Amino acid sequence: MCPSLSLIYDRIRTEEKELINAAEKRGIYLRSIDAKDLHLTITDPSSEGDIFGDVALERCVSYFRGLHITAILESKGVRVINRYSVASLCGNKLLSSIMLAKCGIPTPKTVVAFTTEEAMRALEEMGYPAVIKPVFGSWGRLIAPLKDRETAQAIMEHREDMGNPLYQIYYLQEMVDRPPRDIRTVVVGDEIVASIYRYSAPDDWRTNIARGGRAEVCSLNERLREMILKAASAVGGGVLGVDAMETKSGEVIHEVNSTVEFKGAMSVSEVDIPGKIVEYALNLAKK
Amino acid sequence: MKLKCPECDGDIEVKEVIEGEIISCKDCGAELEASKDKNGNFELKVAESEGEDWGE
Repeated sequence: MCPSLSLIYDRIRTEEKELINAAEKRGIYLRSIDAKDLHLTITDPSSEGDIFGDVALERCVSYFRGLHITAILESKGVRVINRYSVASLCGNKLLSSIMLAKCGIPTPKTVVAFTTEEAMRALEEMGYPAVIKPVFGSWGRLIAPLKDRETAQAIMEHREDMGNPLYQIYYLQEMVDRPPRDIRTVVVGDEIVASIYRYSAPDDWRTNIARGGRAEVCSLNERLREMILKAASAVGGGVLGVDAMETKSGEVIHEVNSTVEFKGAMSVSEVDIPGKIVEYALNLAKK
Repeated sequence: MKLKCPECDGDIEVKEVIEGEIISCKDCGAELEASKDKNGNFELKVAESEGEDWGE
């Protein structure tokens, strides 16, 4: 019997549309399931798993929604791309940095503190400029450059007033001296599918396509290819977006994304990225 | 296909649409999500606004 797939979404972006099209083109049954319409019984592992097919592509734009759905589906024996362990690692910058460093992958120096006072001390040691990032969050949201002590103090005060206790985990990173671009690579299984430079929008320092960044094809050198594949495997593998920055002393990897947005890569690359993802899911379903 | 904006009641003409797709109302600018009612007909509802955990 032909394997069946599902796509769990909460918003249909270009990526989800393209995944649906890619499955249709291949004659594969892919059931689109709106996560906002789901309620799942978590105390009965044998129920409700069938509607998700052999493999589910979890593509929620809301990270926590997608992560928790993945946990439930795995408890019901559904294979999910990406696995819970992968999504939970990638979604947390602190855990990702630990894993990258543990696997010997060059990554920007990162220090974590748990109070404003200690964060300020850490910054004195690290030196300015530095960057503060929320441990959870995407699209460059609430990432701030800390150019000097005054800016840092102001940002810390704002952070203290923010209700969410996660903002009191001060993830501080060295400011990498890089050109106004980074490198986004889409990895599917053990294959590098596409690589792009993401240039910051003229009025922003962040390179996220979601912030108006511009894409251009990037040809990777062998060292970086190896680093990227190593980073993907360090977090557990799957369909991932690995982000690297160029420094004078070589490239560093700063992030691995588990619900990779590939609209930018698709606009400049000739590779059929959604097709590769669907085929990867299909191969997993056949195993 | 002609659908109604749930915010301003304006008419919205859509050609090809899939469930979950976001459509902007030209009249009031609301972000709307295409969904299906009990009878399987398309309708528009106000889309979720960006959450702190949105992204990749």
